[in-house]
Amino acid sequence: MATTATELHEENPWARAWRRLKRRKGAMAALVVVVLLIAIAILAPWVAPYDPTKTSFGAVRKAPTWAHWFGTDEVGRDVLSRVIFGARASLSAGLVSVSIAVGAGVPLGLLAGYAGGWVDAVLSRIVDAMLAIPFLILAIALSAFLGPSLSNAMIAIGVTATPVFVRLTRGQTLGAKVEDYVEAARAVGNPHWRIALRHVLPNIVPPLLVQASLAIAGAIIAEAALSFLGLGQQPPAPSWGSMLNSAQRFIAQAPWMAFWPGFAIFFAVLSFNLLGDGLRDALDPRHK
Amino acid sequence: MLAFLTRRLLQIIPTIIIVSMLIFGLQQLLPGDPALIMAGEERDPQVLAEIRHQYRLDEPVPVQYVYWIKGVMSGNLGESMRLKASVGALVREKLPVTLQLATMALIIALGIGIPAGIVSAVKKETAWDYAANLFALWGLSTPNFWLGILLIFLFSVTLGWLPASGYVQMSENWKQSLATSIMPAFVLGNALAAVLMRHTRSAMLQAMGADYVRTARAKGLEESRVVLKHALRNAMTPVITLLALDFGTLLSGAVLTEQIFSIPGFGKLIVDSVFNRDYAVVQGVVLVTSSLYIMLNLLADIAYVLVNPRLRG
Repeated sequence: MATTATELHEENPWARAWRRLKRRKGAMAALVVVVLLIAIAILAPWVAPYDPTKTSFGAVRKAPTWAHWFGTDEVGRDVLSRVIFGARASLSAGLVSVSIAVGAGVPLGLLAGYAGGWVDAVLSRIVDAMLAIPFLILAIALSAFLGPSLSNAMIAIGVTATPVFVRLTRGQTLGAKVEDYVEAARAVGNPHWRIALRHVLPNIVPPLLVQASLAIAGAIIAEAALSFLGLGQQPPAPSWGSMLNSAQRFIAQAPWMAFWPGFAIFFAVLSFNLLGDGLRDALDPRHK
Repeated sequence: MLAFLTRRLLQIIPTIIIVSMLIFGLQQLLPGDPALIMAGEERDPQVLAEIRHQYRLDEPVPVQYVYWIKGVMSGNLGESMRLKASVGALVREKLPVTLQLATMALIIALGIGIPAGIVSAVKKETAWDYAANLFALWGLSTPNFWLGILLIFLFSVTLGWLPASGYVQMSENWKQSLATSIMPAFVLGNALAAVLMRHTRSAMLQAMGADYVRTARAKGLEESRVVLKHALRNAMTPVITLLALDFGTLLSGAVLTEQIFSIPGFGKLIVDSVFNRDYAVVQGVVLVTSSLYIMLNLLADIAYVLVNPRLRG
């Protein structure tokens, strides 16, 4: 997206994007929810009414009451406290795995798009191959071979999400490479690494930002899915996915055990999806 | 067309080879000695050496890969250590179950997603459009394992209308089969319906703005005819192609859906194998799903060119 000199003087493109984003009620509400969720995750020990792992055999599978707003689970743990602490697993899985995917995918995509030739051919074939394996199936296979734990699940999801970022960055780089400002930077004798990092990269950030927001939503669902299958967060540490796993066995006796963690996943994923959609509209004027 | 086909076929060969390398490479991630894992309780060095020799674990990794891929190409995907059956036989047994589920999910997704997309494009920026968009957001953001549990609670536990789990083949008893598979198929189709709605909406919006639609209207055709015959026909081509790309979503979703509803398909096979450290089955299932996905994409590309004379070149 080339910006003309006059437009630059009028308004900084980021300020314009922020102004556009502010007009979208859905995206702004989503942003508030995301900030709230992050705050809850960070402040969990102060916000949660109980210790999330403390069992109480006198209060097994109790329906919601004033003492336990979301009820208790099969060993008497407070469901609300577990949902609050579960935000830590889900959000950190979302952020860490997408950071892995961006950290690996963006440099590789820049390299493929900028260098071209055999480097591009080899990288693109590997990306094609990884994208040919359905997302969750690759993540399950990877975490199975790495061993079940939250950190391995994050690595598995991060690696699985990488090829999308390689492909997107490569495509954007190919487009930016032929723009006048890159030609100009080359003409004045800048080294390749400097052109790639200082001239190409800053101009392809907007689509990457949109993809990152949507990828966080995907990573939160993937972490919940892996934990639901028993491949992510290990008990007794709380995670929304593993809570749903145990809730499934008690669905007839204690439906509240299933409702709240699932609703938390839905709410978090919805917010990141809405934010991603809003960012796309705000950052890319061609997209309606 | 022939040149296109040859080029496209040549392209998928390296992809399939790299997929097979990645899948083979997975077992290098296993911590510890695979021979020790296979031996189980056995610690006799002679037995371990025998296992290493039998499974060629004493050879360099590239040599092991060549043996493995040779086996795969002659139809030998390895043996399941847990089920004492060939992986190929397991795949043949489980794949039809998942395909039946996926087909039903696809029918549900098409039945919801395409009409919703058409209505939302035709009635752009009305309550209908907002409702369809809300539905799409709901579909994209609802984890299907949660939806499955909620539906079981509603239709099996509370109302008692449908069985909570199990699987009956279509050929055995079609009524029972429908009863057991309608909930899982809806759970699996829900997310795809949302994706389809979005694809259909944007393709329809584009088609509705095209010159041939304006011409059709100028001729004085009824609006329903313009929408359904002129716009929809053209809008469906990209939607059907994108559908092939979404096949991976269906297969991923099937893993969770089969787990919740205890359906003995492909997804349940991979999860059970993961927990029983039956790695040959995991590798076999991943290889088969990715090959299926690659083939389906190839078919979609060919179909796209076939219906688009301009691309035949």
